[in-house]
Amino acid sequence: MPDRTTWWTASRRDHLVGYAFVAPQLLGSLLFVFLPLGLVLYYSLHEWNVLADTFEFVGGENYRQLLADPNVPKVLGATALFSVGLVVFNLSLAMLLAVLLNQRLRGTVVFRTLFFSPVVVSLVAWTIVWGFLLQSNGGVNALLQTVGVEGPNWLRTGTGAMVSVIGVQVFKNVGLNMVLFLAALQGVPKELYEAARMDGAGAWTRFARITLPMISPTVLLTSIITVAGSLQVFAQIAVLTQGGPGTSTTVLVYYLYQQAFQFHHFGYGATLSVLLFVIVLALTVLQWRMRRRWVFLEA
Amino acid sequence: MRITMAAAGLAGLLVLTACGSGAEPAATGPATLRMTIWTGNAEHLSLLNSIADEYKKTHQDVAAIKFDTLPIENYTTTLTTQIAGGNAPDLAWILENSAPDFVGSGALAPLDNLVQPEQLAPATTKLWQQEGKLYAYPFSTSPFGVFVNLDLLKQAGQKPPKAGWTWEQAVAAAAAVNKESGKAGLVVRDFDYKGWDNLATVWGGWGAEAWSEDGKTCGFAKPEMVEAMTFLHKAIFTDKALPAPGTTADFFAGEAGMTITQISRASLLKDATFKWDLIPLPTGPKGAYSVIGQAGIGVIKKSPNAAKAADFLSFLSNPDNSAKLGQYFPPPRTQLLTAESLGKSNPLLKPEQLQQVVIDGISTGRVKPSHAGQAELAQTVRAQLDQLWQPGADVTKTLAGVCTAIQPMLAK
Repeated sequence: MPDRTTWWTASRRDHLVGYAFVAPQLLGSLLFVFLPLGLVLYYSLHEWNVLADTFEFVGGENYRQLLADPNVPKVLGATALFSVGLVVFNLSLAMLLAVLLNQRLRGTVVFRTLFFSPVVVSLVAWTIVWGFLLQSNGGVNALLQTVGVEGPNWLRTGTGAMVSVIGVQVFKNVGLNMVLFLAALQGVPKELYEAARMDGAGAWTRFARITLPMISPTVLLTSIITVAGSLQVFAQIAVLTQGGPGTSTTVLVYYLYQQAFQFHHFGYGATLSVLLFVIVLALTVLQWRMRRRWVFLEA
Repeated sequence: MRITMAAAGLAGLLVLTACGSGAEPAATGPATLRMTIWTGNAEHLSLLNSIADEYKKTHQDVAAIKFDTLPIENYTTTLTTQIAGGNAPDLAWILENSAPDFVGSGALAPLDNLVQPEQLAPATTKLWQQEGKLYAYPFSTSPFGVFVNLDLLKQAGQKPPKAGWTWEQAVAAAAAVNKESGKAGLVVRDFDYKGWDNLATVWGGWGAEAWSEDGKTCGFAKPEMVEAMTFLHKAIFTDKALPAPGTTADFFAGEAGMTITQISRASLLKDATFKWDLIPLPTGPKGAYSVIGQAGIGVIKKSPNAAKAADFLSFLSNPDNSAKLGQYFPPPRTQLLTAESLGKSNPLLKPEQLQQVVIDGISTGRVKPSHAGQAELAQTVRAQLDQLWQPGADVTKTLAGVCTAIQPMLAK
């Protein structure tokens, strides 16, 4: 039997303290991340009829159904369209706003507050209000009419509905990315701009050669957050379009919700969430891997 | 890595224990019953609570009865999620469109001890029966009628419509209202180009139906449905008698000339600032028809208090309590279905309105379309019908597309 004094070494004590520090986080991850993840995988191998109270092992049947489901390509297409639209529109607008509001001009504080305020508004309330504004006789079209433009029936045409859900989401969250960009912009050393100016660099060259590389870690962060967030969009679709018209705005999370909670196919719903998990993981890994190519200070 | 492995191992262990649980044992001692409902109306709740209090006086084995309001928009989804999560209520109010799923799946316990079940009108129990047994009490059977804003019609130079009017007359009056006042003509309430099952109140006049009586054959591509939908499409896009997609109008706020809805909405007219009437649905080429919406109350079989819950349901649905509840929810008991009896509890409606719309409606009405797997069917039909709701749509082709999409689901 080992001697107690030799077993209880300083290094063992340090390790224990370390484990104690990470324990709450580890326990949380275990309970709320790994356990549900494991359960979802487990459910995806079963057919679970809630009403009939049956739970049967079906092996890879749900995965075979996933491959054969004629709706899946359409759903993935809508998801990709939404994500690309959202990421491009959100990041470029956030960057533009941040650059504009980084100038020493009057009123910038007011505008910063204005663009940030939707971030703290309840998502559902925000979406419901936009739902009224986007009616064919709603506020958006009334505004367009004052400049002589006949607005489309936003939520009732395929393209209009997709543009609407993207727009509603962009204006809701653009403020957050804007603030992150603003903070990054303010960290760029002024001397770099002065030096560039002396070398005769124009505004665009200064932005492309100095600003962008210097804030690229923030661009990476915001793009990872925005891409992952865009794949999880749900409330806007549920409130504004319910996946329609047709299936034009049925994105993966909404389809998953329909299958599991509306159609009671919990097993197949779990299979769809495994697919969502794989897509988010793959995209995040891809972005992380690619960071060396374009993120300054990462080379 | 080792931590990840340990986490995965623990997760697996928890999975195994989570799935080991079997049926719940019957509870002993005084029970607390929970019933999910979708009304949050204070008057409805106070009536239900008073009936529950009376029951508790004579039943010491029931400690409390809770009425748990779930929002109507996601009612069935929330209820099934509660059941899936092991938090099933003891009793549940069930909408007609999910009746086949609940009755057919065996989720409900049969109701063998209702008081005087022979008094229940056969039209009201049809949906809730399986192999001769009743699985839910048809708590509310509410026919659809047409509420008319007499002021708006007069302003448009239209005579007040009367029972026996036709769909042509209805559309002409609605178009006139829209032209004169700019307000909506006729609103099929809760349709909003999504809740298509409410259109049964229109196509019934043409003898059309979403699917055959046995639920196996799609009815959307049948000639009578094509004719009815062609008429409706023209009424919307050419005559402008119904508000176009993406436009909202609330009849009860005075924004529309007429609305098709259930008579239980009459309470919204308590403080109406306009003159109104309630008349039966217009007649179509196939003559008069009526459509009813229903809600049943069932006992969840899984509940450890199922026997006590069934006993409370017998009390809640006995003739005395049915009469009390009749002021908000049209009862299924034939002896209560008289203009005189209903008039006592529905002071806003005149005897002839009650006779024509409610009593005749309940005895002859067809329940709104419902089928096993309704949610998936409803969603598929909705997605297909979206093509119909634009000017210049090809009605025949779109309806054929609906059948192509749903026939495999119906044939299952």
